[in-house]
This record gives sequence, C-alpha cells and structure tokens, in this order.
Amino acid sequence: MSFHVPIPVAADAQEHSKPAAAPPAPRIELHSSKINKYLDLGFRYSLLLCSLSILAVMGLFFYELTSRSKLSIARFGFGFFVGSTWDPVAGDFGALPFVYGTLVSSLVALVLAVPLAVGVSVFVTELCPRMFRSVIAFTVELLAAIPSVIYGLWGIFVLVPLLHNVVQPWLAKTMGWTGLFGGPAYGIGMLAAGIILAIMIIPIIASITREVLVAVPQSQREAVLALGATRWEMVRMAVLRNARAGIMGGIILGLGRAIGETMAVTMLIGNRPEIAKSLFAPGYTMASVIANEFSEATDDLYLSALVEIGLVLLIVTVLVNACARLLVWSVTRGYSARNNA
Amino acid sequence: MPSLSRPLSFVRRLTNVCFIGLSGLAALLVLAPLGAIFGYLVYKGIGSINVAFLTHTPRPVGEPGGGMANAIVGSMVLLGLGSMIGVPLGIGSGIYMAEFGGGRYVNFVRFTADVLNGVPSIVVGIAVYALVVLPQQHFSALSGGVALGIMMIPTIARTTEEMLLMVPNTIREAALGLGIPQWRATLQVTLRTASKGVITGAMLAFARVAGETAPLLFTAFGNQYWSLKPNQPIAALPIQIFAYAISPFDEWHRQAWAGALILIVLIVVAVAAVRVVTSRGSMANNA
Repeated sequence: MSFHVPIPVAADAQEHSKPAAAPPAPRIELHSSKINKYLDLGFRYSLLLCSLSILAVMGLFFYELTSRSKLSIARFGFGFFVGSTWDPVAGDFGALPFVYGTLVSSLVALVLAVPLAVGVSVFVTELCPRMFRSVIAFTVELLAAIPSVIYGLWGIFVLVPLLHNVVQPWLAKTMGWTGLFGGPAYGIGMLAAGIILAIMIIPIIASITREVLVAVPQSQREAVLALGATRWEMVRMAVLRNARAGIMGGIILGLGRAIGETMAVTMLIGNRPEIAKSLFAPGYTMASVIANEFSEATDDLYLSALVEIGLVLLIVTVLVNACARLLVWSVTRGYSARNNA
Repeated sequence: MPSLSRPLSFVRRLTNVCFIGLSGLAALLVLAPLGAIFGYLVYKGIGSINVAFLTHTPRPVGEPGGGMANAIVGSMVLLGLGSMIGVPLGIGSGIYMAEFGGGRYVNFVRFTADVLNGVPSIVVGIAVYALVVLPQQHFSALSGGVALGIMMIPTIARTTEEMLLMVPNTIREAALGLGIPQWRATLQVTLRTASKGVITGAMLAFARVAGETAPLLFTAFGNQYWSLKPNQPIAALPIQIFAYAISPFDEWHRQAWAGALILIVLIVVAVAAVRVVTSRGSMANNA
C-alpha cells in the first residue's frame, strides 16, 4: 500500500512544479527495469555457463583419455591388465605390475592410516580438553596443506634412511616369517611408499570422520552415558556406531587419494615394474609410471598405453569418490531426517 | 541406592583407560610426522636460502651457486594464469548452485564437482596435455595455467556455494524488496555478505594447487632459463624441487630443501591468513 502511493504523488509534483533533478528519476527507473530484465537473464545464463564448465571438464577428461588410448585398447584389449611385461622397445605393454603396485601401496597406507585417523578424530571430538581441540584440528589440516613433492623430499632424505637402518632390520627379525618383510632392504620400496601415503591420507580421513562424529546428535551420547556407560563405551556404542557409514566414506575418500597420488610415491617406491611379495621390494604404481615416462614416450602405441593407464585411474577414482560422497552425504544430511522419523 | 553406586567392573575400567590412551597415542603419532617434516625442512632449508638462491637462475652441475629465481617467478605466473581461469569459473558456478539451486541439474553439478575434486592431478595433466599441448605442438606456461585453473574450479565452486548458503534469506529478500534487480542483489548484497568466506575458499584452492607438481610435468614442463612467455615452457618451483631431489648431487639437494622451504612458507602463510580471517569472522558473528 505505502509503496504504491508515493509514485503518483511524485509524478504529480513533477507536472506542476519545475524542479531541476526530479523529472528524469522515474523515467530511468522504467527504462532500466527493461534493461535489468535482460541483465538478469544474461547474469543467470552466464552463471549457468560457469557451472556447465564443471560438467564440460569432466566430459572432456573422459573423451580425451578414451580417444587417445584407442590404439592401446584395440591392440591389447583386456590382456592389458593381465600382462606383466612392460617393454617400450618391443612395443609390448602389460599394466599388471602397476595395478599391483597401486593396490598394495594403497592398502598398506589404509592399514596404517585408518586406526590413526579414526583415533585422532575420536580424541579431538570426544575426549581431549576443549582448549586443545582447535589446535590439534588445525595441525592435522596443515598436514593436508603440505605439497606431495615435499613429502617425497622428506621421504627420500629422512624416512628412507630411517627405514633402511632401523625399521626394516627390526621388521625382518621379528616378522620376517610372514614373508612380507624379507629380502634385501633398500629403504625405498613399497613400504616407504605406503608409509608416506598413510601420512598423506590421514588428514583426509580424519577431517571427514570429525565431520560425521560431530553430526552424531548429542542426545545419543547423553542417553548412553545415562545408562551408566564409561567414556569409551559411549564412544563405541553411541558415536562410532552412528557414524560408521560416514567414516567408511572418509576411508574410501582416502583410498581414492592414495590411488591417484603421484609425486611422493614416484620418489619413494623405487620405480621397478615387478611383482614381489615382500614389502621391502621396489615397485611401481600407475600414477608414477605416467609421471616418469609420459614426456619420453615417443611412439603412438607407447603414449596410448600410458593414456590408457590414466583412463583406468580416472574411472577408478571417479567411482571411488562417487561412492564415498554418497556415503558421507547419507550421514551428514540424513541424520536429522532419521532423528525426526 | 546401593545398586546404583556399585563400582564399575575392573575390566570395563581398564578398557576405558586403554582406549582413551590409544586415541591419545594416535593423536601424538599423527602430529609427530608434521613436527618432523617442518623441523627438518626449516633446519635444512634455512642454511641454503641466500640472496643468490632468490635472484639467480640454475647453474649447470658442478658449478656452485645459482638459484631458483626463475622457478619462483614461474610459479607465480602459472598460479596467476590458473587463478584467472579457476576463480571466475569457480565463483560463478558456486553462485549458480547456491542461488538457482534446488533442482536436479544443480545436484548433479555439485556431485560432479565433488568427484572432480578427487580426480588425480596426474590425470588432469594428461587431459590438458591432450587438450592444449598437442594442438599447440609444444609445452607451454599457458597449458600449465589451464591445468592449475581446472583443479581450482571445483574447490572454489563448492566453498562459494557453502558460503552463500549461509547468508540468511532475509538479506536476499530485503535487497529484492527494495526493487534492486536480481543480478545486482546477488552480486552486491548476497555475494558481498559472503565475501570473506568466498575469498577464503579461493585462497585455499590457491594454496592447494601452489604445490602441485604432477599436472605441470607435461604441461608447463619446467625450464632452466628465464622465460615469461605464455607459449613457451616455464619453470615452476615444485618441478624444480622434484628434479633436484631425485638428482644425485649434494648441491642440488641443498637447493631442493631451500625451494621446499620457500614453497611451504608461501602455502602456510596463505592457509594461516585464511584461518585468522575466518576465525575472526565467526567471532564477529557470535558477538
């Protein structure tokens, strides 16, 4: 009501008196509203284009990698993943050693990282004094900010000598019977790569786990504590049980990162395309063979084989990340809905 | 009453103490590598940083001296190019997701952005090689910038969206109620209200790609000499660190540590600045 009244009044005043600045004002308003209509549309569509860029990038990734690896796919078919010879000179390419290296190094990383990451998250959200919480959380975040190449540098000059001189002899003596810790200990190798990967994925798993632990409703904790549970029983029954799908999502997300991690692994794994049972032995991963050989690959088949490895990496990480996101979303978004139900 | 105050069984108390202790130990074990890495980095790096390191280009093996000036500048150029691509596209799609969201399309874009975030950087390198380097016929700073820019888009888009969603709807309604057209309301009121968080997201994405090596290996490629041309290979700090770290020469190892220290200082300063700004923001909101 009050909005409609002043306009005719202003128009009246404009006809009867002759002020200097008043007359153009309503006209500009009318005029610009038409322009604004187009500007609004333009604004909306240019933003739409921006958001399309995300889909376009994803589409282009798949298109480029598929079309550039056609040669290798046609030549080797499924045998590409079963063959274990990698001979660029003879033009014979089998990716099994790289697949094996990626799987084993990621597995070692998960075995080491999961208990530590879940432990630190439980400690930060449930147990530690309030004043330390943000400090520890921030420090773990800093771990995620360190570039891969610096992890690799540190690995070469600190971790590898430590493994070579102290850890590997001890492991060989105490657990050598398992067969996992035998053979010559160079320091570099699958174990070194697994450990550095573990350090790198801990912040990812920990931050997701912390997110889902915080999302567990306080009433659940209070209910279990009121029944006489100890602190740990409360964490186990109320917190971890409610958050397990989300924690699983965090772990899968960490796995995705470990599978695609390139630089630190390339610097530490030894880069030898062999399949060995011992974790002391050098290996090779899918990401590091691309990093090492891509710019040297001269003939088309060689390049195509490397791109095919990249395509497999892309497909695997997209699947892994999609699963992880769905799991995390189901917990952080679903919990309130489940509460209401 | 007596049954309620019965003491806990010994086993339950023991497991309680054990697991609390174990989670504390996990926290210590997670923090230990961080201390070790930073400590060693500062210890090795400080001694190797000097004026020559910051002002000279690399010397051939055997000649003492030389530095990474071209790599430091090269990294800045690459990050600048990357930001020119990643920041507008990222913020733009973030705004679209937050302000025109709710539909199936936006959900799909959000999901794709999250998945794109997890695509290995080496794969981004290959794709940009096929998209930019092959048509151009040679490695170039431009292709490196494109690779970094692409990696920035999903991170910036998602943080921008989250920050905009935190802006109360009353502010949007107030702006539109005054008769301001939607594009101005979004840019000058909603986006401005969330600007602190949006900048934070952009800085975090910047810090994240600043240390990326893998996507630059066959795009920017690295360069031993001065070059600022966008269509020529360009040096980058992470590539230089990588090349020196795996070399067999002590002098180069020293320089790798110095380069790593400079890189990490840049990144940590960016992250810490962001942390200070955001924590101040949340305090202001609470007050």
